[in-house]
Amino acid sequence: MAAAEGSGAAGPLFAGLADVSISEDIPVEGEITVPVGSRSPDEDYSTLDEPVRDTIMRDLKAVGKKFVHVMYPKKSSALLRDWDLWGPLVLCVSLALMLQGGSADSKDDGGPQFAEVFVIIWFGAVVITLNSKLLGGTISFFQSLCVLGYCVLPLTVAMLVCRLVLLAGSGTISFIIRLIVVVAMFGWSTLASTAFLADSQPPNRKALVVYPIFLFYFVISWMILTFTPQ
Amino acid sequence: MAAPGELRFQEFEAAAELLSATPDATTPRAGEERPGHATVDVEPEDVEPPGDDSDRTELLGGQRQPRSFWTFEYYQAFFDVDTQQVLERIKGSVTPLPGKNFVRHRLRNNPDLYGPFWICATLVFALAVSGNLSHLTEKRTSPAYRYSPHFHTVTIAATLIYCYAWLVPLALWGFLRWRQSRGAGAYSFLETVCVYGYSLSAYVPAAVLWLIPAAWLQWLLLAVAALLSASVLALTFWPLVRADGRATALAVVAAVVSLHTLLAVGCKYYSRKNQQIRYS
Repeated sequence: MAAAEGSGAAGPLFAGLADVSISEDIPVEGEITVPVGSRSPDEDYSTLDEPVRDTIMRDLKAVGKKFVHVMYPKKSSALLRDWDLWGPLVLCVSLALMLQGGSADSKDDGGPQFAEVFVIIWFGAVVITLNSKLLGGTISFFQSLCVLGYCVLPLTVAMLVCRLVLLAGSGTISFIIRLIVVVAMFGWSTLASTAFLADSQPPNRKALVVYPIFLFYFVISWMILTFTPQ
Repeated sequence: MAAPGELRFQEFEAAAELLSATPDATTPRAGEERPGHATVDVEPEDVEPPGDDSDRTELLGGQRQPRSFWTFEYYQAFFDVDTQQVLERIKGSVTPLPGKNFVRHRLRNNPDLYGPFWICATLVFALAVSGNLSHLTEKRTSPAYRYSPHFHTVTIAATLIYCYAWLVPLALWGFLRWRQSRGAGAYSFLETVCVYGYSLSAYVPAAVLWLIPAAWLQWLLLAVAALLSASVLALTFWPLVRADGRATALAVVAAVVSLHTLLAVGCKYYSRKNQQIRYS
């Protein structure tokens, strides 16, 4: 190598190579690792040195980017490729918290408790994922959970709007407004998740996979619509 | 049996009886590889009649090994259906035609678990939603009425419906296997569950239409739904028990029909109970 570099500095680039001869009893050895690839483990180790703010901001930005992808669902693989479950957790907890405070005369006649909402969302997402995998889908378990969880975002927005509308009053007009908002968000959720999940299925089974997703968001929308404060 | 040249599934009486006599015989279609669908045997192996073993080993020689119970592929075999097949099975579960046995005509040795599971889920949520909707309409008519969603009743309904969909086929299958020594045939456990699951699909539109507050219409809907699905069940199981003697056959079919009707009445009572319970 030194010979080639030395002669390259003197004349045309590879002119000196003709002079280089490797005798057969000298073993040719050296590193053939690509230098670019060896940089990434260094990068990972270096996140220990960066400020905590940078780490948190990076994760928050990733979550925020996924929220944007849900609100404007076009064909992009960002949701699928780098799945994470922070967004679904935040959405699920906020939705369950907002569904609290429903009318409850006695303990067992009230609306869904926090644990019930939590269990419905996560258990429902797991069942749908299992269903799509059993039907021959190619998406992985956590990717599917990630998509289903993130697509709860429109319904969380609908819940927020419903609570605000209910502050103003709970007559027929507010019911109609809430109905329109919830139906629109339900359609948005279903379309968004279908856009991400339906392509990973064999074509003659798409409806079989989409129907449970429809049912799942329908149940959540139903819980939102029938929420009445005290 | 039909000649290999014309593999149309016309229902011949002799063929149906032959199939019910050897329940494990698979009918391969022309040019298609049929993966061996594993029969889910709940009871231990030594309960089976000895004659079946030779049939099974012969058939399994040319097919894939049955997968282990703990692998994922074992369960994937139960979900081997297309959208069109599921829709046709649902249609077949509400149209009782005397010549067409649901198991032989529709399932064709490919029972699935997709239909039973999701039809039960749909029924549970349809009952819950229609119960809630009837609440909402009550609220309009009497201002003193306090609306409260009875969420715990959803879990009760879910438990009851899923138990019906699994335990009653288990009991029926067990009973038929026990009587198999006396000449009655038996379907596999999965096929029995499949038939029961699909037959519940008649109750879903009834649950939704029970919102209409006309009592005569509600009873009419109940009668029609129960009649259609119970007659499909009866037609499915009649060829099996017919050989066992008339009294047993009638008893079994009567039990099947009455349990099914009981479930329908229970569903209707459930949605009506929600209406009556909150007048304060």
